Amino acid sequence: MSAPILAVRALEVWRGSIQVLAIPSFTLQPGSVTALIGPNGSGKSTLLQTLASLIEPTAGAICFHGNPLQTRQERYLYRRRVTLVFQESLLFDATVRSNLGAGLKLHDSPRAERAKRVEEAAARFGITHLLDRSARNLSGGEAQRTSLARAFALGPEILFLDEPFSALDPPTREALIDDLARVLRETRTTVVLATHDQLEAMRLADVLAVMHQGRIAQLGGVAEVINHPVDEFVAAFVGMETVLDGMVIACSQGLFTASVGGTHVQALGEEALGAQVRVGVRPENVTLSLFQETCSSALNHFPGTITRIVPKGPYSKVELDCGFFLAALVTARSLEELNLREKSRVIASFKATAVHVLRK
Amino acid sequence: MQRNLCRSIALTAMATLGSVLSAQAQKNLILATTTSTQDTGLLDVLIPLFEQQTGYFVKTIAVGSGQAMAMGQKGEADVLLVHSPDAEKQFMIDGFGTTRLLVMHNDFVVVGPPADPAGIKTLKSTSAAFQKIAASGSLFMSRGDNSGTHAKEKTLWKLAAIAQDGQAWYQQTGLGMGQTLNIAAEKKAYTLADRGTYLAMKKTLGMAILNEGDRSLQNVYHVIEVNAAKFPKVNAEGAKAFAAFILAKETQESIGKFGIEKFGAPLFFPDAGKPE
Amino acid sequence: MGLIWEGIKEALRLLFTLDPEVLKITLLSLKVSVLATLVSLFLGIGAGLLIALNRFPGKHLIISLVNTGMGLPPVVVGLFVTIMLWRNGPLGFFEILYTPTAIVIAQAIIATPIIAGISVAALQQLPPNLRLQILSLGATRRQLVWLLVQEARLPLLAAVMAGFGGVISEVGASIMVGGNIKGYSRVLTTATVMETSKGNFDVAIALSLILLLLAFSVNAVLTYLQQRKRPR
Repeated sequence: MSAPILAVRALEVWRGSIQVLAIPSFTLQPGSVTALIGPNGSGKSTLLQTLASLIEPTAGAICFHGNPLQTRQERYLYRRRVTLVFQESLLFDATVRSNLGAGLKLHDSPRAERAKRVEEAAARFGITHLLDRSARNLSGGEAQRTSLARAFALGPEILFLDEPFSALDPPTREALIDDLARVLRETRTTVVLATHDQLEAMRLADVLAVMHQGRIAQLGGVAEVINHPVDEFVAAFVGMETVLDGMVIACSQGLFTASVGGTHVQALGEEALGAQVRVGVRPENVTLSLFQETCSSALNHFPGTITRIVPKGPYSKVELDCGFFLAALVTARSLEELNLREKSRVIASFKATAVHVLRK
Repeated sequence: MQRNLCRSIALTAMATLGSVLSAQAQKNLILATTTSTQDTGLLDVLIPLFEQQTGYFVKTIAVGSGQAMAMGQKGEADVLLVHSPDAEKQFMIDGFGTTRLLVMHNDFVVVGPPADPAGIKTLKSTSAAFQKIAASGSLFMSRGDNSGTHAKEKTLWKLAAIAQDGQAWYQQTGLGMGQTLNIAAEKKAYTLADRGTYLAMKKTLGMAILNEGDRSLQNVYHVIEVNAAKFPKVNAEGAKAFAAFILAKETQESIGKFGIEKFGAPLFFPDAGKPE
Repeated sequence: MGLIWEGIKEALRLLFTLDPEVLKITLLSLKVSVLATLVSLFLGIGAGLLIALNRFPGKHLIISLVNTGMGLPPVVVGLFVTIMLWRNGPLGFFEILYTPTAIVIAQAIIATPIIAGISVAALQQLPPNLRLQILSLGATRRQLVWLLVQEARLPLLAAVMAGFGGVISEVGASIMVGGNIKGYSRVLTTATVMETSKGNFDVAIALSLILLLLAFSVNAVLTYLQQRKRPR
């Protein structure tokens, strides 16, 4: 691991007598893309703006390349090396070209250098043809591209993105996420992205920080967090909908059995006999069938009744009552083939490896 | 670009301020006077002469005689040219002025609608005329501004033994002579005016002189030097110079000639050196 | 009707013959009001920035006071300034009562709250995050203020117009603190009042027309600046 570009210690932000942020420690590796995810009001924007030195922390330290930001001057110089893009484009009432050059102009960068960087940034985001248009007459997508290009024109060492896509319609957003992913690969910019959309996070980020009530509930690689949420909140937020409480009744060879609501669930892991455990299952790891399949490698089979079917694009989420709540994600096609309806009786199966032990 | 713009705005602002302030350099003299001397245009003739001769810069504040004397009582004026004899005497008794000298006179006239609804045209005595206006309930416009004219008018009501205040036919404008004349003309009311202002405005008014010549209608102007012993900031020298100027022979001649060309008759009669 | 016609004819005559007296009065009006507007521009926008960009206790009260100040009656200002500037008054040592400078001061006091009030509203209408965005592009405090003013330039120009319109057409304070001294502190409005009271309605109408023309010209220039063709 190389030296972190940004490191945070014992960071606290208070608004009056309310603590809105408490981050014991947090670091950014150069070139990494970190996504802050969490529901509205979880402190994502506050953390982002604090990291970008737009909010002064009530307590704690932020170190950039190992140097703490303490004086006003240090904070100002730091702000000239990083930048932040908001959900709103916040463009100036001028041409796209002068918008792209606005940051550079503030840094007093020479005219020729500025022109070159503006052209580069425009090309990266495919807005070269808009350069002489007024920023007031742009579509939402064009405006957000301009805002991103304005940030990239500065060549920031860290780029903070605060929900940059959430005001866009789906097709515009998809195209822009793809382009941003490409630009990030090309520039290897260190990024912190705040979003409430875990899919967006998964597409862009390699580190995931799940925020809850002003704290980081879990920080880790994207796959790790999605598949191994540490607690019920993270599990729910990353889409692990089925959460079961039980007691360990058997354990051998890295496999344990827990008694849950009268039935048994088998899962990977070493747990003490008699221990209370909470486990979670992602809906995409649960399969449904009409009969018990003998050839299946799944260890866990539960008969149940369908209580609700929620269409989700090409998939449907099927909620079951198996004596406990269980959610499964099935394709529209399977739904058709199995002729699943509310009140249908089905068998739900999942592997022992699909069961994740959560912190209780 | 932006910086240049800012700089040029600032420079312009400073230059303009400078030019506005530069007029300050001369020695100032504040003359508080009545509206009649300004509205007739007399001062427009006299002041430039005085400024030329002495090098003073005169700030003429044309208000009612009452306010002019109030300015003198606060030391806010250096010299007064007013026509409210009773108040002037009190002003002198109270020690606000050092000298008070007779300058000129003209007279007041009672003007009103040519149709003369109260029928005062034939009366010689102003008291009788006022009594008739009151008896007929014809509208009378008073200046009501504590000016010399207003003071004179109140004296006339007293002489006529009429309690005019609060009567429905008696209204006060609170304005200068010119505006009061305009309002009286518009409302077909009677009013008391100094002859000078009336003559100067005659062409637009459509009013007629309905009573004149009574001794009680005399309108005398005095020049008063404000007491510099009471107010150190008062320009006593300037005041003395102005008094000397306005009483000088040539000035008195100009006063006597003023208005003949335009109105066919003089508006003021020089009185310097005459007994009160 | 004839009177108005006479007035218009007289106005044209005074304008085309460049009557020196009228020219002087007009120039002084313009000078005094432009200067007062410039002074209140600095003070008003400065105050507007301070109020709009800072969080402090009593902010709403201050904004209410400023908004009340937008309707400050000129005669009240005139009276107040007169009392302050009396030579035996607290600021008497400046000896500027009955000077154009005194008119500038009174008019600036009238226009400053107008410009400050509109500035606060203009700056508060900007997106709340714009400030943070500008800072995060690496702006200094001064660059931030300049960019915010630029972004609010349209309503701020409206503030300038409102301020200028307020002072050039104001008479109460001008006559009280300026004294309507011929050739010195006589401006279009005070001259109009005086000519009216003298019964010289034709001259009064002429002066009014010149005043209207002046106010219109200045506002036309400002409106042109405001509505200037922008890039597409």
